[in-house]
Amino acid sequence: MRRFKDSIYKWIFTALAFASLIFLLGIVIVLFREALPALKTTGFLDLVFGKSWYPTYSPPEFGILPLILASLWVTAGAMAVCVPLGVGSALYLHELASNRQKAILKPAIELLASIPSIVFGFFGMVVVAPFLQETFNLPTGLTAFTASLILGIMAIPTIASIAEDALSYVPPSFKEASYALGANRWQTLTQVVIPAAGSGISTAIILGMSRAVGETMTVLMVAGGAAVIPHSFFEPVRPMTSTIAAEMGEAATGSPHYAALFAIGLILFLITLVFNIVAEIISKRYRMKLGLSR
Amino acid sequence: MEDLKVRIARIQIENVNFYYGSNHVLKNVNLHIYENKVTAIIGPSGCGKSTLIRLFNRMNDLVPVSHVEGTILLDGKDINAPGVDVVDIRRRVGMVFQKPNPFPKSIYDNLAYGLRINGINDKGTIEQKVTESLKRAALWDEVKDRLNDSALRLSGGQQQRLCIARCLAVEPEVILFDEPCASLDPISTKKIEELIQELEKYYTIIIVTHNMQQAARVSDYTAFMYLGELIEFGTTEKLFTVPRDKRTEDYITGKFG
Amino acid sequence: MNENIIASAAIFKKKNNARNKIVQNTGFAILLLCIIITILFLGSIIYFVGVNGIKIMSWEFLTAPPRKAMTAGGIGPAIVGTFYLTIGAILFSLPLGLSCAIYLSEYSPKSIAVNVIRLSINNLAGVPSVVFGLFGLFVFVDYFHFGVSILSGSLTLGILVLPGIISASQEALMAIPQSLREASLALGATQWQTIKRIVLPAALPGILTGVILSIGRAAGETAPILFTAATFYARGYPDSALSETMALPYHIYALMTEGTHPEKQTMIAYGSALTLLILVLLISALAIIIRQRQRNKMV
Repeated sequence: MRRFKDSIYKWIFTALAFASLIFLLGIVIVLFREALPALKTTGFLDLVFGKSWYPTYSPPEFGILPLILASLWVTAGAMAVCVPLGVGSALYLHELASNRQKAILKPAIELLASIPSIVFGFFGMVVVAPFLQETFNLPTGLTAFTASLILGIMAIPTIASIAEDALSYVPPSFKEASYALGANRWQTLTQVVIPAAGSGISTAIILGMSRAVGETMTVLMVAGGAAVIPHSFFEPVRPMTSTIAAEMGEAATGSPHYAALFAIGLILFLITLVFNIVAEIISKRYRMKLGLSR
Repeated sequence: MEDLKVRIARIQIENVNFYYGSNHVLKNVNLHIYENKVTAIIGPSGCGKSTLIRLFNRMNDLVPVSHVEGTILLDGKDINAPGVDVVDIRRRVGMVFQKPNPFPKSIYDNLAYGLRINGINDKGTIEQKVTESLKRAALWDEVKDRLNDSALRLSGGQQQRLCIARCLAVEPEVILFDEPCASLDPISTKKIEELIQELEKYYTIIIVTHNMQQAARVSDYTAFMYLGELIEFGTTEKLFTVPRDKRTEDYITGKFG
Repeated sequence: MNENIIASAAIFKKKNNARNKIVQNTGFAILLLCIIITILFLGSIIYFVGVNGIKIMSWEFLTAPPRKAMTAGGIGPAIVGTFYLTIGAILFSLPLGLSCAIYLSEYSPKSIAVNVIRLSINNLAGVPSVVFGLFGLFVFVDYFHFGVSILSGSLTLGILVLPGIISASQEALMAIPQSLREASLALGATQWQTIKRIVLPAALPGILTGVILSIGRAAGETAPILFTAATFYARGYPDSALSETMALPYHIYALMTEGTHPEKQTMIAYGSALTLLILVLLISALAIIIRQRQRNKMV
C-alpha cells in the first residue's frame, strides 16, 4: 500500500512538472493560431518590413517595421544607460565595497529590482518627461530618449545583481596568481577577473536586453506612442509592446487588427526567445570554462 | 653552523609576529634566507608556514583584519616600509601556489600577462621571454606546438609547471613555492622537484612542504615550525640527522604531525 | 647566467608603477561614480513618489472607493482587487511550481525530459509580460469564457510567476544535503514520506522566499491584467471570481492616461504609486530577510 501510494505521488509530480512546457507550447500555439490570418492576408515579409502601421484606416495597413525599429531604438538606448552603470556598480560591489557597504548595498539593489514597472513609468511621465521637455525645449517630453532612460534605470539592478554573481564565481586563485606577479588591483580586475567573468557578464546584459525589449508599461507611458519610423531619439515612438497594450482594448476579437496585434506578440516572443537561448548557451559555456558544475 | 655565517642573506626576518584577528599566528620568528639556495619550511599543518612565506611577497596584505610586526628585509631593505611599492616587491619575489592556478587564457597569454602588466608591450621581447621561460620550466617541448591552446587543457602537472614558467617570465629574484606538489601525482611531483633543483642555480628558492622526504630531497636549508614558532633552522643534512630540539626530532621521526 | 637575469630585470621599469597607479585610481573613481549615479537614480524615484504620495495618504484614501469620476475618494477597491489577483495567482502557481520543483530535484532521472522542462522554465521566465496578457486573453477570457475577471487575471499572473516559484523551490530543495534523504530512506521510509517529512520542512524557508518574491511580482504587474482582469472603475468591491476588478498598478496607468482632470488625478496616482511601492518593497524585504536568516543559519 505504501509503495503504491509512493508511485502515485511520483506520477502526479511527473505530470505536473510538464506544466511549464505545456504553457510555453500553449503560448506558441495561441500566438501562431491567432496571428495566422494576419500572416496570410498581409504576408510575413510585408508585415515585418511594412513601413506604415494604420490599423484603423480603410483599408488598414499593418506594417510592423516602425514598431520593431522603435523597440530596437529604445532597447539600444536603454542598454547605453544600464550596461555601464549596472556593470560598473557590480564591479564596485565586487572590488571596492567594504563588507558593511556590501551588506547594505546588495540587498538594496535586489530590493530596487522589485519596484514595479508601472512605478517607473509613472515617474517617467510626471517627473522625467516634463523635465526633459523643458531642459531641451522639446515639443513633448514623451520620446524614445525618455523611454530609453527610464528603461535603462529600471534594468540596472537586474544587470548589477547578475553581473555581481558572475564576478563572485571567479575563483580567488586567479586573483592571487595575478597579484603574485606584481599586478595591481585594477590590472587584475580588468585583465583577469573581467575576462574570466566575461560570459557571465554578457549573460546579464542579454537578459537585461531581453527584459527591456519585452517591457510594456514603462514604454507605454513614456515613449509617446507615434507609430512612425523613428528619425531621432527626441521624437515619440511606439514600440511593439506598447502597441499591443494600447490597441488590444479597441480591436474586436477575430478582426484583422486583432490578428495583427497577435502577430506583433509572436515576433516579440521570438525575439526574446532568441535572447534567452543565447544567454543560456553563453552561461553554460561559462560554467564549463570555470569548471563549475552548476 | 659555520657555513651559515659566511653566506649572504637575501631575506632577513627579524622578530616577526603576525596576527589574524585576535589569533597570534606567528610568534617572534627570526630567519635568514640565503642566495641561490633552496630553503624548505616544514611543520605540521596549521603551524604558520604558509602564512610565513606569504609575508615575503606581502600576499597577506590581502587578508583583512590582520597585521604584522617586526622587520622583513629583502637585500637589506624593509619591504613593509612606507613608500615601498608592493607591486615591485611581488615582481621581484615570485610565488607558485598549492593548487595550479593558470588563468583561463591561452598558454601564451598566461606567460605574456605578467610581462604586459609590468609594462612590456614589445612583441619580440614578449615572445622571447615566453619561450625562454617555458624552456627553463621544462615545459617547452610539451607545449611548443600549441601555445594558443587554453591553459586549462593541460594536465595538473603541466599546469603547475606553466605556473612556474609564468612566474619566471617576470624575472623574479626569489621564488616562493607554497606546497607546489600538494595536488599532484608522484610522477609530476618528481618533475617539479627536479625543476626546483635546476632553478636553484639562478634563483633564491623557498619551499613550504609538509612532505619531509621532499624537503630532504630538494633543499639545502630547512626550517622547522611548530605552533607559530620557528623551532629549528639549519642545513637540511644536519636538521634531519642530528636535530637539536626534541620537537624537531619527534616530528621528523613521525611521532606527530 | 645569473648576471644575465639581473641585467634583463632592468627592463622592468619602475616608472610604470606610478602610471599604473594613476590608471587604477581613475578606474576606481569611475566605478564609484557608477554606483553613486545608480543609487541617485533609484533613490530619486522613491523620493519623488514618497514626498508627493504622502500628501494624499490617509486611512480614508486607502479604504474608500473613488468618487466624482476619479477626481476624489480613495483606492480601496484597487487594493482589494490586487489582493485577490495576487492570492489567486499564488493559489494556482504554488501547487504546480512546487510539484515541478519536487520532480526536478527528487525524482528527476538524468533524461531528455528534464532538460526539456528546464529549458521551458528558463524560456517561460523570459516571455514578455504583455505576451502572457495575449495568452490569457485568448485562453481564459475567450476560450474558457471566464471573461474579463479576477479568475482570468489570476491564472494569467499565475503562469507569469510560475518559473520564479519553480526556480526558488528547486534551489531550496537542492540545498538540502543528500545525507538527510539517505538517513530517512535507510530507516525504511518511502521516497514520498522522505520528501513530505524531511525534505520539504527543511526547504520551507527557501520555498517561502520564492513565494513571497512572486507575490511582490504579481502584485506589481500591469500588462498581463490589462486585457484579462482590470477595469478602470468599479462601483463597489468585486463580488465573485468572475467579476472584473480594479487593481492598483492598472489604476495608476488609467489615472494618468484616461483622465479628465489631470491635476487631481496625478495626486491620486502619486498616492496609488506610493501604496504599491510600499507594498512591493515590504514584501520583497520580507523575502530577502527570510533568505538572509536562512543563509546565516546554514553557515
